[in-house]
Amino acid sequence: MALVKAFTQFVDPPTEGGAVDMAQQAESAPRRPKLETIQMNFFYGIHQALREISLKVHEKSVTALIGPSGCGKSTYLRTLNRMNDIIEGTRVTGKVMLDGEDIYARDVDVVSLRKRIGMVFQKSTPFPKSIFDNVAFGPRISGITNKAQLSEIVEQSLQRAAIWNEVKDRLRDSAMALSGGQQQRLCIARALATSPEVLLMDEPASALDPASTSRIEDLIFELKQNYTIVIVTHNMQQAARVSEITAFFCMGRLVEVGQTKQLFTNPIQKETEDYITGRFG
Amino acid sequence: MSNACSSRPDEQKSSLRHLMTLQWVREQLIQGLLFTCALLSIITSLSIIYILFTTAVLAWPPGKSFFQQVGLVEFFTETRWTPQYAAEQRHYGILPLVCGTFLVTGISGLIGLPAGLMIAIYLSEYASPRARSICKPILELLAGVPTVVYGYFALKFLTPYFIMPFFHGFLGLPVNGFNALSGGIVVGIMIIPMVASLSEDVLRAVPSSLRESGYALGATKFDVSTKIVVPAALSGVLASFLLALSRSIGETMAVSIAAGQQPVLTINPLSQIQTMTSFIVNVMQGDVVAGSTLEKSLYAVALVLFAITLGMNLISQMILERYREVYQ
Amino acid sequence: MSLHRGGYEIRLVWRHRLGWAFEWICRLTTWSTMLLLFVLLGAILVTACTPDQPLRNPNFKSTVAAGNGIPAEAEFLPAKKPRGWLTWDFLTKGNSYIAEDAGIMSGLWGSIWVVGLTALMSVPLGVGAALYLEEYAKPTRFTKLIQLNISNLAGVPSIVYGILGFTIFVRMFGLRDRPEKFICSLGFVDVHFELPLGRVVLSGAATLTLLSLPVVIISAQEALRAIPASLRHASLALGATKWQTIRHQVLPASLPGILTGVILSLSRALGETAPLVVLGAAAQLSIVPGRITSLGDAIQHPGKLLQAPFDQFTAIPLQVYSWVNDPSRGFEYVAASGICVLLVVLVLMNGTAIFIRQRFQKKIRW
Repeated sequence: MALVKAFTQFVDPPTEGGAVDMAQQAESAPRRPKLETIQMNFFYGIHQALREISLKVHEKSVTALIGPSGCGKSTYLRTLNRMNDIIEGTRVTGKVMLDGEDIYARDVDVVSLRKRIGMVFQKSTPFPKSIFDNVAFGPRISGITNKAQLSEIVEQSLQRAAIWNEVKDRLRDSAMALSGGQQQRLCIARALATSPEVLLMDEPASALDPASTSRIEDLIFELKQNYTIVIVTHNMQQAARVSEITAFFCMGRLVEVGQTKQLFTNPIQKETEDYITGRFG
Repeated sequence: MSNACSSRPDEQKSSLRHLMTLQWVREQLIQGLLFTCALLSIITSLSIIYILFTTAVLAWPPGKSFFQQVGLVEFFTETRWTPQYAAEQRHYGILPLVCGTFLVTGISGLIGLPAGLMIAIYLSEYASPRARSICKPILELLAGVPTVVYGYFALKFLTPYFIMPFFHGFLGLPVNGFNALSGGIVVGIMIIPMVASLSEDVLRAVPSSLRESGYALGATKFDVSTKIVVPAALSGVLASFLLALSRSIGETMAVSIAAGQQPVLTINPLSQIQTMTSFIVNVMQGDVVAGSTLEKSLYAVALVLFAITLGMNLISQMILERYREVYQ
Repeated sequence: MSLHRGGYEIRLVWRHRLGWAFEWICRLTTWSTMLLLFVLLGAILVTACTPDQPLRNPNFKSTVAAGNGIPAEAEFLPAKKPRGWLTWDFLTKGNSYIAEDAGIMSGLWGSIWVVGLTALMSVPLGVGAALYLEEYAKPTRFTKLIQLNISNLAGVPSIVYGILGFTIFVRMFGLRDRPEKFICSLGFVDVHFELPLGRVVLSGAATLTLLSLPVVIISAQEALRAIPASLRHASLALGATKWQTIRHQVLPASLPGILTGVILSLSRALGETAPLVVLGAAAQLSIVPGRITSLGDAIQHPGKLLQAPFDQFTAIPLQVYSWVNDPSRGFEYVAASGICVLLVVLVLMNGTAIFIRQRFQKKIRW
């Protein structure tokens, strides 16, 4: 326990405001969570990757998913916007709810679902098009063709992703010419352009240098005022810095979930404590 | 100690060196032999260029090359190609042949390129592995059918049962038994497998992370295929188009059989035409007097053909190499 | 906001419809192209198997006019090909200007000789070049030039190779005005040949070799590249020389891939007509190279085997081409039969290639 305490010395606590908000939310009547999975199981063919995951994600908050490699946190993230549908032979049982509606129901349109839930990947994947076209891609395929409208959306998204000032003069240049950190922020802007309600981030800063990483983390702080964010990270310090709720996954099971500060200082499960103190993973 | 050490290594050294000599010579011989095999390709290229150049452009004196006899201006601007007529009526303008070639190639491009690309998109984005395992061997078979077979099919089936009834019977247009349209259609069918397999390779080379990003933004499969994958692979697709068109330009037998032997400067696909390749084949079927202008004209036409296809192949390869650098 | 929502949903429905339509267009294009192959082959097969129409007897009128008790001949002669044109006769007869008597034997044997010799020449040269480029060559600019050159040669139209072969073998660069005859006496046989070689099997084979070389080299290179470097390193570490490594490890392992490529390039050579026409090979020929009449003949007179490469020849696609161009009645059926024979041989060759690829691909898993 002393180790855990020492460890938390290195951790920047989330803003006071955030903590207060969370406390207030916990006190007031429990509102319907933005995203919720109820007893969700996930199968790759016959191999079961996720077991009985029941997790609530609250609106306009940051939820971090941590755990050792291969524990299923990325798989879980991808079930939230049905990205795993692309892979053959996958199967989901249980319920995954967005605003109280099951997203795996028969008549759900996956395309409009993914417009409401955006995703940022580990490795930045800008399209080989101009910066403008990258960000405008989402709105364009939704049917927005008005040039003025598109320009406005692009500018707004780039500003929200804190990259506008760096690229505003070269919107027509190729996105491939940007640096790694810039490309990742561009991908965030691209995801924001479809006006999603939820933003899923799969280790967004793991491929970046420390300076870019901290910029992304600052960005997440700003974004959580308007978006619900779920972030997968293998960096525990990062989880402790940015999130209000942290969920610890291990071997396909949800071991423990709770308020970040509490999970890192006083974990309930022994597995959680072992992982946090670095005994495995 | 030092004496004992120095005497042993000397003996060993000399025996090693002896083995190396014999084996070394053998290895060098083999390497030289293999190098000669590789050199043969350069010799082939140089021979082709030499032969075409010295007969058509600049001959060893005292002989005269084709252009020295006929002149570049007439060759490129004259609109009649009649090298086999009597001396006063002989004209050596290559325009009818070039026009015929491009007419057939154009028609084949209109058919083969879009069809091949759509097949490539289907195979790389939509088809199940089972469908792909059926389609790919059949495409290979199509590619392996000899060109005379296509020519026969065009002449004996396509023209009488499809082109004639439609254009002549239904639309009332005059259709020649030999026409550029039937030649163009079968050459188009011939290049479909080539376009499909080359384009499919470039489409599959686009990383799946790009597709995933597209899906995550709320794109349908159609959006991803046409607005992300194909634009990303565009240069590779264009390169495959160029290669296919170059093949179509060099196509000989099918066009000779189906499109006719009459050099006519026209863009009417229903008339008979002669392409550069069918001219050469037509003349060589008879006997050619050695050293005659007719024979030299063959080389001149072959030179133009070679230059066009070489240019297209080189450009396409440059594009493909740059494309591979980006994605690999 | 709700209005916008409605617009999005309507557009979404149309987007889905568009995607569905596009998928079906692509699917239909693919399947109709597949179907085209069967239509093509089916049409030709049906033509080849069409029973012959009974012919009018040319002697009919004269018999009737005589009217002197000589038994009248039938007005219609029995059809010579009652069961279609693709018969055993067709395979064993030489060419003829009468459609019903035309056969493909000379073309068949000519093709076998030419493609056989092409194989003998192109395999060592092609595999040798590929070995040099993959195993020995250093990545200098010269090597890149050779590589680029081979890729370009693969795209040169086949008719240009025909011109090349014509210039070398028939005209010999214009060095000789008239062909001179030579006799090479080998004791048991006298081999007759000319210089320049002229329109003989050897010239045809050499031209087709030059044509197939780029394809053989490229596919052999790919087969060699598929062998992992660890195999070569292991052999070298045991003290083997480079050539020993190649001969005992690399070549046997890459053999299936090389064989597949060779067979595919040979089947392409089998179907090539243009270079042979330009070379001037005869299309109307009734003899077989070497004038070998049967297997027994070949065994009794082995000299004929040596003479064969220097004889005139014809090939299946050449005969088909001349039949297709012949406007006389009946030759379109003969051409169809010739195509059937050609396709059967090709299917056999390609089938062997696919079989080898399937069988040996499974054995070796790197």
